[in-house]
Amino acid sequence: MVQTDLIKDPHVLTGKLHWGVIPFHDPVVAPVMAAAVLGGLLLVAFITYKKLWGYLWSEWFTSVDHKKIGIMYCIVALVMLVRGFSDAIMMRTHQALSTSDSFGEGFLPPEHYDQIFTAHGVIMIFFVATPLMIGIMNVIMPLQIGARDVAFPFLNSLSFYLFLVGALLVNISLFVGEFAAVGWLAYTPLSGIEYSPGVGVDYWIWALQISGIGTTLTAVNFVATILKMRAPGMTMMKMPVFTWTTFCANIIALVIFPILTVAIAQLTLDRYLDFNFFTNDDGGNQMMWVNLIWAWGHPEVYFLVLPAFGMISEVTATFSRKRLFGYVSLIWATIAITILSFLVWLHHFFTMGSGASVNAFFGIMTMIIGIPTGVKLYNWIFTMYKGRVELTASMWWVIAMLITFTVGGMTGVMLSIPANDFMLHNSMFVPAHFHNVIIGGAVYGYFAGFTYWFPKATGVKLNETLGKWSVALWFFGYFFAWVPLYITGFDGMTRRLQYIDNPEWQAYMYIAIIGVALIAAGIGTQVFNIAWSLYNRNNPKYKDETGDPWDAHTLEWYTTSPPQFYNFGDVPYINDRDPLLEMKQKGIAYKRPEKYERIHMPKNTWAGPVLGLLTLPMGFGFVWHIWWMVIAAVVAIFACWVKLNFERDKDYYVEVPEVEAIEGKFLKSNEGRSYYFEKNAKYYKKWKPSDQNDSTVVAK
Amino acid sequence: MTALTNDHDLHDHDDHHHHEAEAADRYMFGFWLYIISDCLLFSTLFATYAVMGQSFANGITPHELFDLNFVAVETALLLLSSFTFGMAMLGANVENMAKTKFWLIITALLGLSFLGMEIYEFIHFSHEGATPQTSGYWTSFYSLVATHGLHVTAGLIWMFFLFIHFNRDGFSHENKIRLACLSLFWHFLDIIWICVFSFVYLRGAM
Repeated sequence: MVQTDLIKDPHVLTGKLHWGVIPFHDPVVAPVMAAAVLGGLLLVAFITYKKLWGYLWSEWFTSVDHKKIGIMYCIVALVMLVRGFSDAIMMRTHQALSTSDSFGEGFLPPEHYDQIFTAHGVIMIFFVATPLMIGIMNVIMPLQIGARDVAFPFLNSLSFYLFLVGALLVNISLFVGEFAAVGWLAYTPLSGIEYSPGVGVDYWIWALQISGIGTTLTAVNFVATILKMRAPGMTMMKMPVFTWTTFCANIIALVIFPILTVAIAQLTLDRYLDFNFFTNDDGGNQMMWVNLIWAWGHPEVYFLVLPAFGMISEVTATFSRKRLFGYVSLIWATIAITILSFLVWLHHFFTMGSGASVNAFFGIMTMIIGIPTGVKLYNWIFTMYKGRVELTASMWWVIAMLITFTVGGMTGVMLSIPANDFMLHNSMFVPAHFHNVIIGGAVYGYFAGFTYWFPKATGVKLNETLGKWSVALWFFGYFFAWVPLYITGFDGMTRRLQYIDNPEWQAYMYIAIIGVALIAAGIGTQVFNIAWSLYNRNNPKYKDETGDPWDAHTLEWYTTSPPQFYNFGDVPYINDRDPLLEMKQKGIAYKRPEKYERIHMPKNTWAGPVLGLLTLPMGFGFVWHIWWMVIAAVVAIFACWVKLNFERDKDYYVEVPEVEAIEGKFLKSNEGRSYYFEKNAKYYKKWKPSDQNDSTVVAK
Repeated sequence: MTALTNDHDLHDHDDHHHHEAEAADRYMFGFWLYIISDCLLFSTLFATYAVMGQSFANGITPHELFDLNFVAVETALLLLSSFTFGMAMLGANVENMAKTKFWLIITALLGLSFLGMEIYEFIHFSHEGATPQTSGYWTSFYSLVATHGLHVTAGLIWMFFLFIHFNRDGFSHENKIRLACLSLFWHFLDIIWICVFSFVYLRGAM
């Protein structure tokens, strides 16, 4: 056969590629491919027709503005959410049909089904949750600390393109060749060359390696930004909670992503050069892979969830019209989680056989990490207690999160007991648990933050009614989809089953489909909401002209929506944890400063998109063993890097008259406005400075 | 960034200097963060080496191959190069270009000799039957030591381009930051090598 010959002996020009790798004949993939190609062509034609390429290139693609990069992250994340969710729909329908007598074996052959559950996990974690979170951090964190941009704006752009290349490689694998069929963490030796000789695992390797390096750079960037670029007067204990959680999350990322880089590099060497890290013979050690990947993978979970906690905190405080309850305890809980997150990885494989004492240690650490997490839940509940809670759509997300996440946390404690875990390991109970915490904790948190900060990023408020509908659909959808799977998991149903021979589980599978349909409607409502609100952007109901549509507390609301490219005309001195509230109280918010300064800004650069996207041919060449492509791409990357290094003129100043003109317009539009919303004024006026009075103020 | 200082008395000239100092601080700090992540990268490789330490798969063992005298020379070269880089930094502190360049060239030569010895050692080991494919042990040995070697190579390439920068702009603000970061990188590699020497070579030879 041509195919196997090419795998053993790749062609010089085309590597392992041949026409057979494009699945024209596949009834599931071929229509998707046709739609994607057609859609892509239409999009390109539209942009060309509207002559938008120049605008996109100069205003977006080459931009080093953290807000624009953040928005691009969010857009890609939402597109990938639809892709990852389609995989979920296919898995649920397939499993339901494969238990039924009439359909028998479902509609997906095993090798295809295995790729789908792998792609689903990879996409949802790496290309939906991570970029959505990094996108929101990008837009908001520098604004919260009063910075003009991140510490290294070019690196930020490069990180985005490295992430984009990872996402592109995953999508290319759908149409050219195959994706990994080994589960999202590619356990060895299954992912080794012996058992997975195709290109699927290689796509997995290069998609994650390239985007993972992007995440490491982001971590360096954000930690430096937070520690070095805060507004004057903003000490660490005056930082907004979202900035704190962003800080801790990026400390985690800085420390764990190198582990992922090394582990993937080792698997690469095993597969490409016959090294013996994880092989069955010659002294390889498969459990080392499992340890390394989880030494990265478990802290990664906290990397994802901590910023969501920060978002929940900001939303809860704003809409309860109170200071956050127990700021200090919440910060210390965050720090405790950061440290403990490195000490629990072994609970993913208690069944490895590391012995009673090791299992007991990791079981206990896992239970202990529930304590700071519990502290946070009480922080939010007590923030709402006796507050003037305003049930906006973002607050609905918070409440959905509090309920769902608590259930997920409790099933987590069940799994943390090694004796229980031996029973439940690899059962459907485990996916039910981690979807419960990731959807209920991280994703709902992101959506709360997304809804809350959408007007800041775009100048347009989302529709509240549609927003609440999507919360309700997600909330009930989640429980319909996963409670049945908790039950079948308890009943002994293992994960990743392509065929289910127990007819008793059929009803549960059908109930789960109802849940998936509800969530699909929820996602549809969200997408429609974004489109509808942006379409109505000039309608006063949607438009945010004040820069502070929620009567909020923190610095990001002290500027226009969307903020100017330089963020703030004048950065105030920070005396309080809720600086905007303090300024409102003193009546000094939105006043013209005595004197503007000229503002130093980085220039846009070609290097982010060019350098970043050149890793695409590099990764693709590696996947298909097209060595000339790899060499050409690496040489080009190096050449671009050198060129960039010798460039001068990377920054410029915004002169005072220009700042005055822009700021004058904004201040004028805010003139005569009462800073508080009328209904909140009487609660807010009683507040004392944060250092005198820690969070015990009750609005009454 | 000036406006962040809230110091309204700065003149344009000071403004510029202040901006430079702030940028230097930010870049150096960012580079320290990178060093942290690189440190974790090496720890993972060391951990792997520790796990694979006895996985010889009936192949040749390090005990039969390691020559401590050879490694001692390698180590001396690299440690000496850290010292000479320190001399280059002293030159840069007084903005003496000739001195800086002289010591940088010495550093580069020492680094190159170190690399040459390492490559020779790898070829020698391979001829004796210890290739990365031989066993888990040699897989982890080569990946750890070669990763360090690749870092040294990157440092040498960096040095080369720094020379061009020096020729173009002399002791400009940016070039001083570049030199300081490279110095940090070079000393960091020295520390890693000391760990390699102790945990890999000393332990393996005994």
